[in-house]
Amino acid sequence: MIRFIYADRLAEQPILEKTMFQDRAAQFKQRLNWDVTVNEAGFERDEYDDMNPLYVIWQKPDGTHGGSMRFLPTVGRTMVNDHFSHLTDGVKIASPLIWECTRFCLAPDLENMPDAASALMLAGCEMGLRFGLSDSVGVFDRRMKRIYRGISWEPTVIGSAGLGREQISVGLWEFSEAAKARVAKRAGITSSQIESWFDISLPATLSEAA
Amino acid sequence: MTTRIDAFIDRLQSTSTFDDLQELICSLRDIYDIDHAVYHSVGATGQQYALLTYSDDWVKHYIDQKYQRIDPVVLGALRNFHPFDWKQLDWGGSTRRDFMGEAESVGIGNQGYSVPIRGPQGQFALFSVNSRCRDDDWKSLTKESVRDFLLIGHYLHQKAEEIAGTHQEQGRELSPRERDALTLLSLGHSRAQAAEQLKISEHTFRVYVDTARHKLGATNTTHAVALAMSHGVILP
Repeated sequence: MIRFIYADRLAEQPILEKTMFQDRAAQFKQRLNWDVTVNEAGFERDEYDDMNPLYVIWQKPDGTHGGSMRFLPTVGRTMVNDHFSHLTDGVKIASPLIWECTRFCLAPDLENMPDAASALMLAGCEMGLRFGLSDSVGVFDRRMKRIYRGISWEPTVIGSAGLGREQISVGLWEFSEAAKARVAKRAGITSSQIESWFDISLPATLSEAA
Repeated sequence: MTTRIDAFIDRLQSTSTFDDLQELICSLRDIYDIDHAVYHSVGATGQQYALLTYSDDWVKHYIDQKYQRIDPVVLGALRNFHPFDWKQLDWGGSTRRDFMGEAESVGIGNQGYSVPIRGPQGQFALFSVNSRCRDDDWKSLTKESVRDFLLIGHYLHQKAEEIAGTHQEQGRELSPRERDALTLLSLGHSRAQAAEQLKISEHTFRVYVDTARHKLGATNTTHAVALAMSHGVILP
């Protein structure tokens, strides 16, 4: 199932937390060789994980992480504005209607499963529509570009740098009912299913820790 | 047709004092047919201000009782940044039920919706609306107005910071690309023409205009162009 969960509530799901940060290490450090930090626990974490971001996580039936992405509002600090302004013509993307999506990650065994990626993108779209947002902004590499095309929700590229496998881009995804319908079809998940996952997740997020 | 947010924006543009803003927040009651609207902010240095439609007695009582420490709305907004319906909050436990009971007895709606607002330097603000209407009426109002509430919360926040003189000039400067976008619009180009001239997609163009608008504290594109001109950011 898909879960929407803030960082400060993640510790209540220790297996999910552990496997998500380890899968991120496997993807970003080991497979993609990005310049990211992996701690003693084998977790790939950065400063944005400390800003209480909202994670959208595909949880496998055994309770472990299948895929995830991380959201922060662009009116606060974001990775795109802190580090990738050279790809946006120097424009700081800050709007109450735009959230940043980063660290799109799939578990190693799901890496070539378009369904997991589609399910996550669908969840992101549902979230954007429910919260009245217009767009999501994010950084991605060429490999992800193919995945987004497969899901039939391609971002609008603002700018790119690097060539071939090294190429990275900043892109925009516009939230719309049409995108939701397309991605839902691709993911094989009904609209009512994603809506109910969303409804179940968020009240839990707002209630206080026991 | 004038939409509800336009009615709000029209009035926002002529506000220049906290009294004006206070009147403006009261006008939201008629515009959205709600019982109350509240904006409350805590600045980076801890200074606070509030705009609200509640009675002075209730505000004093709330502060005296330090209800912000148990108010599920405040606690929810401090932890999270997404807009939320009060139904999603945890109203369990006698302290909270008593608090809700007291609030209802002074006319505060049991139906509520809140927008947490964050600033890049750790500023925090909260905008809420509430009503005593029926569940289905509330559901349809919030469904069609989520984006309005999101924008109104942020507009009030920007305006309040501007009036208080606490807004950051830095970070509000437009990049050359945003200036180009506004300049082309000021010259009467359509968005499609302007995007083509800048060799960017219409989608990127729209976002650049949105970010420029947000930085200028402008409520719509025309307002952004006018502000950019009056600030000398673009040439008339």
